[in-house]
Amino acid sequence: MFTTNPFDAITSLISTDVMQMYVILMAVLVAAGTILDMMHKKSAKYFFENAQKAQKNAKRTVSTGEKAGLAVATIANEVLTSGEFSNPKRRLSHLLTMYGFIIFVASSALIIFGCDTFATTTLAQAWHIGALMLAIGGYWFWFFIRVDVNSEGVKWYQLRRADIFIVSLLLTATFALIWSYLQHKGTTGAVADMGWTTLFFAFFIISNTVLFSTVMWSKFAHMFFKPAAAFQKRVAHADGSNENLPGDFDLSSPEVQARFPDIPEYMGKNPENMGAGIRREAANHY
Amino acid sequence: MPTFVYMTRCDGCGQCVDICPSDIMHIDKTLRRAYNIEPNMCWECYSCVKACPHHAIDVRGYADFAPLGHSVRVHRDEEKGTIAWRIKFRNGKKDMELLAPITTKPWGSCIPQLANEAAPADSMRNTELLYNEPKYVAMNDNALMTLESNGLEIKEGVYY
Repeated sequence: MFTTNPFDAITSLISTDVMQMYVILMAVLVAAGTILDMMHKKSAKYFFENAQKAQKNAKRTVSTGEKAGLAVATIANEVLTSGEFSNPKRRLSHLLTMYGFIIFVASSALIIFGCDTFATTTLAQAWHIGALMLAIGGYWFWFFIRVDVNSEGVKWYQLRRADIFIVSLLLTATFALIWSYLQHKGTTGAVADMGWTTLFFAFFIISNTVLFSTVMWSKFAHMFFKPAAAFQKRVAHADGSNENLPGDFDLSSPEVQARFPDIPEYMGKNPENMGAGIRREAANHY
Repeated sequence: MPTFVYMTRCDGCGQCVDICPSDIMHIDKTLRRAYNIEPNMCWECYSCVKACPHHAIDVRGYADFAPLGHSVRVHRDEEKGTIAWRIKFRNGKKDMELLAPITTKPWGSCIPQLANEAAPADSMRNTELLYNEPKYVAMNDNALMTLESNGLEIKEGVYY
């Protein structure tokens, strides 16, 4: 099953041109949805206004080279390794979902556009692995980590508008795997009725279309504004404005101790690490 | 001074929802980000502001005593056991930082082990005093208990 190209069998039903057109249409829908979302929520305007405000409070100028370094650090930490999540389970789940989605979408596009660089078997394996990673990370998030379930006490089956993105993402991965499994069973003769295969293919296409066409109403656009927000946060830290937050004090420093005498008086000259505090318990005391 | 959330900073971790004593910090049904559902009921306790790992929550002061444009921000560093505040006036002339200890012992290391204490006797159960309540905080038949009559004195500062 894992080495079979799932799109092979449907070429008799749907031509490659139509499939390629569909992929392009989905890309256009994501781009249009993101632009509409940006215009509607005025997020770009907010970012620029906020950046200007931060610049006014800046204590030093951040050079272009330094900004490039901060951009690289943002990509390495917040974008590629989801470093912003303080909850390690959530970070792992997000990494599985994110990389699963990227592998799944990229391998789908490469198969459909007939890329010769990789063998079809390799791409088919990547497609299945991507879908599996997406399903594992996504269901873990859906049933256990999702804040509505974890901190609000909402049941896993109670749907909200914020769930459009995760539900359509999960259904896409699930229907893709079921569709591929039914094709595999069909070729080995275990499933005689090919109607099921077509039905799950239809479900797969519907969930895919919902996922890519609802950017305006879902939280799909977070993949664009979250890195921008993370970069802005790093710049604000570097230029000293730091969103008006207090500085990060080294408690063992004599200057800090002279400025804040309560610290050495009550905590000693070299205060110990006090541990995790409220983070010792999960935030689910509803 | 109700709290509000910077949506771009919030990652919907649920710490504020969990800690809010008024149960007014909740998750938005459209964006899955935290927000204050009823600002009128906010006690300005700052629990959510301090608990937020991303400093995504801020407090908007009422205009009569905290003119718009001011800033009161806080960072609670649990590992260091300190709380730091930065207060800025609207005209920028006052910009001060404060730093204070919030614990002198590692978190969770000084929780009273009540299970190890002897169970209260019947006489203790029938009294109006709370279990293990020090006598000097209660009234008695003779006189009002004072620090002096109990050989205690108030020390300046914060002691644990």
